[in-house]
Amino acid sequence: MSVAAETGVTAVDKPKSLWRRNFRRYGLPGFGAAIIVVWILIAAFAPLLTPYAPDLVDVTKRLQPPSQMHWLGTDMLGRDVLTRLFYGARISLFTGIVVVVVAAVFGTLVGGIAAYSRGRIEEVTMRITDLVLCFPPIILALAIAAALGIGAVNTIIAMLVVWWPKFARLARSMIIVQRSQEYVEAAMVVGYSPARILIRHIIPNSVGPLIVLVTLDVGNAIITFAGLSFLGLGVVPPTPEWGSMVAEGRELIEQWWVAAFPGLAILSIVLGFNFMGDGVRDWLDPKSRRW
Amino acid sequence: MPRYIVSRLGLAVVMAILATLVIFLIANTVPGDPALSQLGDLAASNPEFLKAFRAKWALDEPLWTRYFIFLKELAHGDLGISIASQRPVLDDIKNYAPATIELATVGFLLSAIIGVPLGVIAAVRRDSWIDHVARFLSLIGVSSPTFWLAFIVLAIFYGELQIAPGPGRLDPIAFAPTNVTGLFLIDSILAGDWDTFRDALAHLILPSTVLAAATLGLITRTTRASVLECMHQDYVRVARAKGLTEGKIVMRHILPNALIPVVTLGGLAYANLLAGAVMTETIFSWPGLGRYTFRSAAALDFPAIMGITLVVAVTYLIINLLVDISYALLDPRVIR
Amino acid sequence: MQDLTRISSAETATAQDGAAILDVRDLRTYFYTDEGVVRAVDGISYSVPPGETLGIVGESGSGKTVAALSLMRLIDDPARIVGGEINFDGRDVVKLSDEELRKIRGGGIAMVFQDPMTSLNPVLNIARQLVETMVVHGRLTEEQALERAIKLLGRMGITAPERAVDSYPHQFSGGMRQRVMLAMGFSNEPQLLIADEPTTALDVTIQAQILELIVELNRDFKTAIVLISHNLGVIASVCSRVVVMYAGEIVEEGPTEKILADPRHPYTWALINAVPRIDRHVPGQRRLVTIDGTPPDPLNMPAGCRFAARCPFRIEKCEQHPELLEIAPGRKSRCWVTQAGGDLPPPETSRGAPAEAKARPDVHHGSETVIKRGERMLELRNVVKHFPLPKTTLFGKQKWVHAINGVSLDIAQGETVGLVGESGCGKSTLARVIARIHEPTAGSVLFHGQDIAHASQAQVRPLRRRMQMVFQDPYASLNPRMTVGDILGEPLRFHEVTHNEKETRERIAELLDVVGLPQKAAARYPHEFSGGQRQRISIARALSVRPDFIIADEPISALDVNIQAQIINLMIDLQERFGLTYLFIAHDLAVVRHISDRVVVLYLGSVMEIAPADTLFAEPLHPYTRYLISAVPIPDATVEAARQRLPLQGEPPSTVDPPSGCPFRTRCPIAQGICAEVMPPVAEVRPNHFVACHFPGQF
Repeated sequence: MSVAAETGVTAVDKPKSLWRRNFRRYGLPGFGAAIIVVWILIAAFAPLLTPYAPDLVDVTKRLQPPSQMHWLGTDMLGRDVLTRLFYGARISLFTGIVVVVVAAVFGTLVGGIAAYSRGRIEEVTMRITDLVLCFPPIILALAIAAALGIGAVNTIIAMLVVWWPKFARLARSMIIVQRSQEYVEAAMVVGYSPARILIRHIIPNSVGPLIVLVTLDVGNAIITFAGLSFLGLGVVPPTPEWGSMVAEGRELIEQWWVAAFPGLAILSIVLGFNFMGDGVRDWLDPKSRRW
Repeated sequence: MPRYIVSRLGLAVVMAILATLVIFLIANTVPGDPALSQLGDLAASNPEFLKAFRAKWALDEPLWTRYFIFLKELAHGDLGISIASQRPVLDDIKNYAPATIELATVGFLLSAIIGVPLGVIAAVRRDSWIDHVARFLSLIGVSSPTFWLAFIVLAIFYGELQIAPGPGRLDPIAFAPTNVTGLFLIDSILAGDWDTFRDALAHLILPSTVLAAATLGLITRTTRASVLECMHQDYVRVARAKGLTEGKIVMRHILPNALIPVVTLGGLAYANLLAGAVMTETIFSWPGLGRYTFRSAAALDFPAIMGITLVVAVTYLIINLLVDISYALLDPRVIR
Repeated sequence: MQDLTRISSAETATAQDGAAILDVRDLRTYFYTDEGVVRAVDGISYSVPPGETLGIVGESGSGKTVAALSLMRLIDDPARIVGGEINFDGRDVVKLSDEELRKIRGGGIAMVFQDPMTSLNPVLNIARQLVETMVVHGRLTEEQALERAIKLLGRMGITAPERAVDSYPHQFSGGMRQRVMLAMGFSNEPQLLIADEPTTALDVTIQAQILELIVELNRDFKTAIVLISHNLGVIASVCSRVVVMYAGEIVEEGPTEKILADPRHPYTWALINAVPRIDRHVPGQRRLVTIDGTPPDPLNMPAGCRFAARCPFRIEKCEQHPELLEIAPGRKSRCWVTQAGGDLPPPETSRGAPAEAKARPDVHHGSETVIKRGERMLELRNVVKHFPLPKTTLFGKQKWVHAINGVSLDIAQGETVGLVGESGCGKSTLARVIARIHEPTAGSVLFHGQDIAHASQAQVRPLRRRMQMVFQDPYASLNPRMTVGDILGEPLRFHEVTHNEKETRERIAELLDVVGLPQKAAARYPHEFSGGQRQRISIARALSVRPDFIIADEPISALDVNIQAQIINLMIDLQERFGLTYLFIAHDLAVVRHISDRVVVLYLGSVMEIAPADTLFAEPLHPYTRYLISAVPIPDATVEAARQRLPLQGEPPSTVDPPSGCPFRTRCPIAQGICAEVMPPVAEVRPNHFVACHFPGQF
């Protein structure tokens, strides 16, 4: 038994200033949430925030450095980088959230069914997840996306294929852990059906880690999608997308603004999801206290 | 122990065979016309080629027959012909692999050599400035897209400050050392050519640092969390009660336990390196598999992509096998 | 014998005879938490002469473990020693430099911790862990240390120590690991050994072995011992003097036999009387003595006597804080009552059950059931349960855990059957087979005449209303995401015990009342309650559907003694009030004797003996039962000193590969050839006394 448990004390932290503790507890997650909200607002109101159209080509103004007219400069075709950045937020946020949420729901269902059915069905589904997980995710997504052809929808499908197994794994292992808990045994003794035990008892007690993984993973998905776009698989060219914007500017070292700002946008939004995910984890499980 | 290894090995072989099935299915069922996607528009417009191709891969036969033909060709090292280079995919891969191996190895060593001690110090000196620095570095590492980081680093150190060499493995005017291993660092040492060695090393610094960044974040994070967890185990208190010094407690009692999850991370770290290599090599014009992947993807060179996927999957399986084995060496509880 | 384990023949103790080797003065260890300062150890003083055995007793939260860790400054971050002295061997440990402190740790003072399963480093072999202990103090070289490690392991009773040193901790059982820990503790011949609950995680027969070993080591090495335990029996069997802690303070101190016979602090009094005794049982005295309330909030200690709020002997003066004063030669107490010469009379022998409760069993069952005491309710016939072990390798053979191997048992309406056995004997599995959480591998389970062994969950469902279960872990057995009202209300709605929300609310209120919880509990979540209160909620949930049979799987083993007594009393009340039948599972034999009508002894998944409780404890016929009873320490120093303990050697065999014939034969002193060949049947040797032994009563 730990010393802390012996005295009924739960916090094992060094005595710290209140300010720093509160910053850790609410500040960073709040900051993360703020970043995400700002980007969502930008994505929603992009047309109102900029006088330019994202695909307005003007070769007379190509590769202009940041100026009052073009705060973040213009690209090879004279398009306003800031405008494209704003519009690009739409597709990044959309794909990141859709991929993770759909994969999480599907994966959890599969994992839940596997854990509950046991036997053959469990064996087969878990072998399938093993198989998908034996490929590095981006490479498999790349192969599938290439087979399906260029396009945002195809890339999302490819990412979904590689994304769901980890949720299935996590859901299954959590359900197996919960299933041997005494409160679940108590529910069995009362006589509830397996479905009711799963929905009323096990899932509410398992969502915590899933929510954490979902939050942290949105950032991951955004980076992966941008990466695939960078490789030319994500979106069809004139569509503004951060990964493909970096790709377009990748050889323009002198005109750094073309590639630097879209990458910075990705960094900020991924940091936002990471801060928020860490906050959610600390909030759900105060003991873990990682970073 | 041998039993454990054999069992793991068996599993890896089974998985490898299943992986070929996955690749085969992707190549043959996903695209509308496998012949078209594997030959490319140009070749497919030639009816002779098309006919030969259909005959070779027995495209009119049922899927299972085709899979066995695919396996048979695979056994002979036939991964198909690259549409872009018009050379066998396997030859291309052999050509480009050494550059990537060199880059990835240096990158991985960098991230491990920095990441593990950083994680340990961050955990031991928790909430000190070094902990905050480590946290910041690892957050940036895991949050920044590699392709962007590569660009920024190149723009700053080559473009702006001009203290680092530009893209490529060597200066454009330099000659590659005599090919022995394909790894320039080793080949130049073998040839006793120190100028080339220095040149190759200088060209490695930026890309390998970028490549290390993502993995570094992962390793630091995991090490720190793991050490923190082990620090509160009962056996650490026992070690303290024995009168051991803090240094001995960390080195002898905490680290051997804390490193177990870090080793398990190996497979994941490798996947990260690989994704990173595609991006990094593209930006740094590094003539390796990553850039080959990028070019194949950009050109929709389907046979090349499938070949790379297969090679990578098998390498990934081997890495995970090695991880499993070292895991067993570190933790006596794994094998009974 | 001694020479083998001595580093040098010269006495290492430097303290003169008579002078204490450990002298603690006004020690204070506080936890600086977010919520405030927790005064875990709040000014304790005691001393230990060379070679003495001192016991420190108290319930969880009393500060006894923190006090022990403070002695070597082993406390972690939010805790700090804020005052006092710890004089060891003439020097104040509190003021030592880190360098000097290290010399004392493991050198002058050694410590054995509670959980042997986590105290050894899993990735280092035993040899390395023992050798480094000796080498770090610079008295031996690696080779000498290894040689001595082997000798020490042999001295600690580990067979084949030459091979054992090369093993890893996971290859050892808990008892073996605690022997290794003791070897480690004694390796530098410390003047003082601190043992913090060293046997709490162990089975009773293993506990007896370890305690025996500690007593021997104290005698042979002249090492002083500070033994921390919540179990007065354990203290009584080892210690000559005892210190009682409550809420961070010492409340009583004195010679063990005097304190146990005549406690002079009400808390000690309550502690002693709350525990049922295995060596005596007064028929008709079913209720245990309990005190109300819980220990004070450590963040907000009362200004007066810290025990006053719960004290049955409270007087007005208790609003002032009493000092720990000498009340008789060698005895101290922190109590205004006894300091003034007052005494604490023994508790009234029997407090009758509430009369109104006895009078109305119909409240519970309505008119649906008529209770006929003595009617057979549950029949187990040759129940077998084997679990597959996960395969370790791809091509390995499937291995099975033989959890239960053919158990037959009848339980009659209205009786309490106690089920005892050591961990791994299958008692929890048997409970789960009866409750049909697990499906048995073979055999039949007849509940009210219906075979439920292989029935589908849907077929069992109607019977669920009549059979419920109470679980061991009060922290895991309640769904943390549901309010208490939902936990109790869900079964009511599900089984249509109540038909509308109003009825449900009324029934929940009634249930809370029955188990002694306030009405407002319904709106709260489980984590807002203490362990004892949660166990009450768990019991209320079991009662909600008005069952007549309750399986209680170690319902009290996670609780402090006073809470244990409260829960036992509650269960007895409920039984009398509602005519319940209990299957009561526990590893604490004294409790089982106290509560049960009949007792079943299980070993390695087989029944060894079944008999009425008093008969079983008075005249056990199976050798295993005799050992088991003999191993239980008794909280009475006089009785404990006069007792001849039967030493049961070794550890239970593996359930994966159980012995042929009688499962106990590998440890049985009277085993003969036939025992290895034929499993003895459970035979009625005397009326109502069943034994599975070829030679019953011959040991």
